Amino acid sequence: MATLTLDAIRKSYGEREVVHGITCAVADGELVVVVGPSGCGKSTLLRMVAGLEPVTSGTVSIDGRVVNAVEPKDRDIAMVFQNYALYPHMSVFDNMAYGLKMRKMGRAEIRERVARAARILQLEDLLARKPRQLSGGQRQRVAMGRAIVRDPKIFLFDEPLSNLDAQLRVQMRVEIKQLQQELGTTSLYVTHDQVEAMTLADRLIVMNAGTADQIGPPLALYERPATAFVAGFIGSPAMNLLHGRIAERGVVVDGAILRCNGPGEPGRPVLVGLRPEHMELAAEGPLSLRIELLERLGADTILHGRQGADGLVISARVSGTIQPAIGEVLGFAIRPERIHLFDPESKRRLGDYASAA
Amino acid sequence: MERRVVFSGWVFPALLLMPQLAVTFVFFFWPAGQAILQSVERGDAFGLSTRFVGLENFTAVLADPAYLASVEVTFVFSFAVAFLALAPGLLFAVMADKVVRGAAFYKTVLLLPYAVAPAIAGVLWLFLFNPSVGIIAVALRRAGIDWNVVLNGRQALLLVILAAAWKQISYSFLFFLAGLQAIPKALLEASAIDGASTRRRFWTIVFPLLAPTSFFLLVVNIVYAFFDTFGIIHNVTQGGPAKATEILVYKVWYDGVVGLDLGSSAAQSVILMAIVIALTAIQFRFIERRVHYA
Amino acid sequence: MSARRAIWIPHAILLAGLALVLFPIYVALVASSLTLRDILDTPMTLIPGPDIFANYRAALATGTTSTSGQPVAAMLLNSLVMALAIAIGKIAISLPSAYAVAFFRFPLRRVCFWAIFVTLMLPVEVRIIPTYKIVADLGLIDRYAGLTLPLIASATATLLFRQFFLTIPDELVEAAKIDGASPWRFFIDTVIPLSRTNIAALFVILFIYGWNQYLWPLLVTNSPAMTTIVIGIRQMIGNGDAQTAWHLVMATALLAMLPPVAVVLAMQRWFVAGLVETEK
Repeated sequence: MATLTLDAIRKSYGEREVVHGITCAVADGELVVVVGPSGCGKSTLLRMVAGLEPVTSGTVSIDGRVVNAVEPKDRDIAMVFQNYALYPHMSVFDNMAYGLKMRKMGRAEIRERVARAARILQLEDLLARKPRQLSGGQRQRVAMGRAIVRDPKIFLFDEPLSNLDAQLRVQMRVEIKQLQQELGTTSLYVTHDQVEAMTLADRLIVMNAGTADQIGPPLALYERPATAFVAGFIGSPAMNLLHGRIAERGVVVDGAILRCNGPGEPGRPVLVGLRPEHMELAAEGPLSLRIELLERLGADTILHGRQGADGLVISARVSGTIQPAIGEVLGFAIRPERIHLFDPESKRRLGDYASAA
Repeated sequence: MERRVVFSGWVFPALLLMPQLAVTFVFFFWPAGQAILQSVERGDAFGLSTRFVGLENFTAVLADPAYLASVEVTFVFSFAVAFLALAPGLLFAVMADKVVRGAAFYKTVLLLPYAVAPAIAGVLWLFLFNPSVGIIAVALRRAGIDWNVVLNGRQALLLVILAAAWKQISYSFLFFLAGLQAIPKALLEASAIDGASTRRRFWTIVFPLLAPTSFFLLVVNIVYAFFDTFGIIHNVTQGGPAKATEILVYKVWYDGVVGLDLGSSAAQSVILMAIVIALTAIQFRFIERRVHYA
Repeated sequence: MSARRAIWIPHAILLAGLALVLFPIYVALVASSLTLRDILDTPMTLIPGPDIFANYRAALATGTTSTSGQPVAAMLLNSLVMALAIAIGKIAISLPSAYAVAFFRFPLRRVCFWAIFVTLMLPVEVRIIPTYKIVADLGLIDRYAGLTLPLIASATATLLFRQFFLTIPDELVEAAKIDGASPWRFFIDTVIPLSRTNIAALFVILFIYGWNQYLWPLLVTNSPAMTTIVIGIRQMIGNGDAQTAWHLVMATALLAMLPPVAVVLAMQRWFVAGLVETEK
């Protein structure tokens, strides 16, 4: 149990900077998820915390102690890898025991710790098997077992569920969340899957090309995204981001006027964010979409329609009981407090205007 | 080609490399250097002193008709061995690729000559062709051919070629088989659907795709014929009759150890070194290209 | 085209191949089972005779008169020691070298790598006389060390191991680092066990390489007690005075083939895969 503090962490390869100043204080027992698309620097960040990659500037502190110069094995951390990184020639037991053996722990204590981890992860029947005799999910659990037996200060997860099939992923992320809460170990978790991030995180760090666009609880990021990137990344289906202008009492998108408290002078260009799930059917709504594409998911239907003849394509989510048809025109409205506005250049959120008009 | 994740420090790797570097220096670089040094010196009649003679040894060697004859013998020998090892090797590989039943058995038996030492292979074939007791020799004589390897240089050369090639069939077979099995079945199937006959498929798809393997085996067999066949020559013909089977490596040994002409032998060694380096360099260049090719 | 009808062609060709391969060996086997008189009574029959055990016992125990009664058993032992020493020795120095070159980055690493790599280019046959002089100076003539050390120098094994080490996943190394394994422990606990197949294949290749050595042992041993089998057999084929004891020579030839063939057959599975890998 410990705190993890990242202070202005930067990473450069030669001239090229890939991580631009990340600062975050992870509280004891907290699970912080670092999420972002491939290449955004999240794995690099994790590896710097692990000590597998040197930090160019800034400090990593575990429990108040700066560990920049400390070897991975002395940082009291444990890591779960994307490809599990199990020793192929060792049994499950030996895989979990190896780290403890390296630390000269007594055989009795090793056995006890491994047995306990095996019990928690339901690996007791598999202890004698080799990794190649296990399924993907079982291997993942062994990888976690290896981390648990160490009883470290910090858990580090590097996209551990990426290689599992969809159903297994859903099941495992629940297990991971429960496990982490039970053990209460401070954890840093990296993934590219925003659903995984939203369900697991106590707090999220959304990374965009090396910068932390926003850090906060999942719901805060969902309700008040700080940048257009966060807005489009969090939430599925993705938020509609449309070019529009500020008008008298709202914003204008494709000729449709949406009422809200728009900040700034009329005429100013803005990026308007509308979540598909917030689009409400309204016969005379400001938006009327001619349906071009339908995704029938059962409980919901996602429709993609065009405003006018050559307007932008906008997505909306409606209940699955409604059965729209292609070519049909449906009217939509959206509540003012559910409109997000961003500066088209900086992509940053424009002021506080969520109060109802 | 390097690893991304490495360990730090230099003391430990230095210790790890020590044994091999030590052996390599003492038994490789030092003697190689000595060989080059000796090749530009000449000893006096009593072997008491040496003097620097520049490239005299080399010019003497290259002008020596005996040496040039040896060069000719070596080239005939190596190309014959290479061809006689590659052609059957390819044939058996193609056949082995086709059969399902007994494939393992054929592979195992065809592998055996690899395990036989060249010198022993020489003895086996010597026995078959020995003028007095050899079965094949007797059959040949009955058929009217005057077979006598002790007197006939051409026949002696033929004998050692056969022994050397016999041994290498396994090696070529193994590599050709591996090369064949690496050809994606989808390619052949697509070609069959396109209407190509078996023979056409072989010459337009299989043969070109085997080209890297063939080239590699050609070089390997030539190097083998140059060097590893010393045992065969020494056992079977001792370079005779009348130097008809004296290949270059045998001459190096004979002139140096038996004839005690260290300078000439060293010069010949250096020339051989140059040939090997050229062959190995060509081979590596080509293999590198093959890696990208695949 | 009828597939069933045509399948006998490959089999026929392969059987012809088997015949080609086995014929010399079979003839030797037959010869080793007859008496000398049967052999000299040309043409020799192709049917094995009853004298196998007698001949082999004689060869092993007392050799032939042309070799001044050097027992073949002793020569086999010399070959065995040499082959094992070369195989084990080469593997033992190559594993650490390949590990150093693959898993570390230190100044002069490139130089070391090329220094080792260059040895591939020159087989011992090309530097025999100076190497002989060094071995003589070190007092290793007629000693096992002199027979084997110069042949350990070449780099095939190092290159093969290095090639394999480069394919070990990065994640495994990182997991080991976090587990607290030192580079040495990682080498012993993980790298070597993972290399088992390669080691087995190389053992076969190097054992045969060592067993087949001819030129070098010829130079470096003078005493009959140190003769290896492949050289010893040469001395048994006299020319001129004594009649060659062909039955014993063939028995010896077969005895000389047994250990390498046994090694190949026992480890065939790993060996074939490893051989193809070595040269790549």
